[in-house]
Amino acid sequence: MRDPLAKQVVDLKPSGIRKFFDIVSEMKDAISLGVGEPDFDTPWHIRDEGIYSLEKGRTFYTSNAGLKELKQEICNYLDKRIGVHYDFNKEVLVTVGGSEGIDVGLRALINPGEGEEVLIPQPSYVSYEPCAILAGAKPVIIELKQENEFRLTAEELEAAITDKTKVLILPFPNNPTGAIMEREDLEAIAPVIEKHDLIVISDEIYSELTYKGNHVSIAAIPEMQKRTILINGFSKGFAMTGWRLGYACAPKEIIEQMTKIHQFAIMCAPTTSQYAAVEALRNGDEDVKEMREAYNQRRRFLMHAFKQMGLECFEPYGAFYVFPCIKEFGMTSEEFATKLLEQEKVAIVPGTAFGDCGEGFLRISYAYSLENLKEAIGRLERFIVRLREQ
Amino acid sequence: MREQILAIIEKNSRVDINELAVILGIPELDVANEIKKMEEEGIICGYHTLIDWEKTSIEKVSALIEVRVTPQRGQGFDSIAERIYKYPEVHAVYLISGGYDLLVSLEGKTLKEVSTFVTDKLSTLESVLSTATHFVLKKYKDHGTILDKKTEDERMKVTP
Repeated sequence: MRDPLAKQVVDLKPSGIRKFFDIVSEMKDAISLGVGEPDFDTPWHIRDEGIYSLEKGRTFYTSNAGLKELKQEICNYLDKRIGVHYDFNKEVLVTVGGSEGIDVGLRALINPGEGEEVLIPQPSYVSYEPCAILAGAKPVIIELKQENEFRLTAEELEAAITDKTKVLILPFPNNPTGAIMEREDLEAIAPVIEKHDLIVISDEIYSELTYKGNHVSIAAIPEMQKRTILINGFSKGFAMTGWRLGYACAPKEIIEQMTKIHQFAIMCAPTTSQYAAVEALRNGDEDVKEMREAYNQRRRFLMHAFKQMGLECFEPYGAFYVFPCIKEFGMTSEEFATKLLEQEKVAIVPGTAFGDCGEGFLRISYAYSLENLKEAIGRLERFIVRLREQ
Repeated sequence: MREQILAIIEKNSRVDINELAVILGIPELDVANEIKKMEEEGIICGYHTLIDWEKTSIEKVSALIEVRVTPQRGQGFDSIAERIYKYPEVHAVYLISGGYDLLVSLEGKTLKEVSTFVTDKLSTLESVLSTATHFVLKKYKDHGTILDKKTEDERMKVTP
């Protein structure tokens, strides 16, 4: 029998996080700080709206790009929250999570096999690189630095650009570092983007979770909206991960092509989730505010705890991750994480799961109750004290 | 700052000042002062513990009593409410809009104790016109807390 598999797929590296997951799931009593999703349940009124839509028998496909009401609410929301205006009819595509938006966006932009380059700042979410490869592009990694608080600088961007560069993925607020890009950071890279005529895929899934002023979208920077695919969704801000619902907004020429792929591959995003999402956008502001406040309290707690135990960590202002540096212990991130898990039964994801330049760092998620965090941090401290004694 | 402090201590009155200061990003002294002020102003009225007595061996019966009363000239419902809330077995008294006037929440050791209170003390008050007593059979949720819920983290342990 011939080899049935596509070489390109076989050659994809499995996500580093997967390996860690397998070890952790074997351990019954491990405390995990390794989760990349909110600990909150979806607010009840949103769930209720999903249930109601089922009761009413709304169990059919919606139009490919999504429910009209939802697209309208998305546009209202973006107008209100980030000051960017989109035409609900032509510039919005409702997707199956933000993830689909990234995949479809890349596929709509890349000519496979022509060596077009996609810039991917790392450390960052695990799927950009494989999605770029599957779309037929050549991923080019930009290694972000702790001394810049893991923000992307104009110099770093400029240095990575070749005449093949077409797309820049902009993953802020960032998973795993918690870094954000503030307005002046975005203004600094905008001229480089424009000069080299790049398209930006801006993954703003954590946009509701910032702790230093409101999130600023690259699309809100002058001249940028026309070259930006804005990706967002309901998973993080509204605690709706399992509903699998996101959206992409972009100029209509791009959305048209993305909708084509979406139409043939997916048909439409889940109908129940779309109805629930309408409710989330109409009446969910207070819930989001409450959750953001709770995350912020935990973030302050962690920063304080790290300071107390002398663990180096830049202060992150976004998402629900902190990214402490463990270089002082002379171990790789993976060694550190594995030992911590074995000795103290605390699961933390090594920074290398998010790119090679995550070496020397750990991703700690604070999508956990304070009680949980206290226990886990107590164990981490014990572990660190022991390491320092050795 | 007040709203933030209250939101936290409403759910957990045992949180210590140092921790409050850390998680709110406010100096410890300011937090302590603000709490003291709110105690003095009667905004913070007490620090209670939510107990599910069902799970203890201690017998408790609670009841909600609807009370219709004749308001008194010049004092409205206040003086009759005061007569009622002075009894230590009375947990709460609310003035209610709708079909009756006062809602009295009561806790006693036995059914008999509660009914004796109603028949002997409450109903005999001069301005009380009628009462309707509802015994609580089960508490599902109290003070915003679901009493019998096991909270288990159902998320996968590690996700990107």
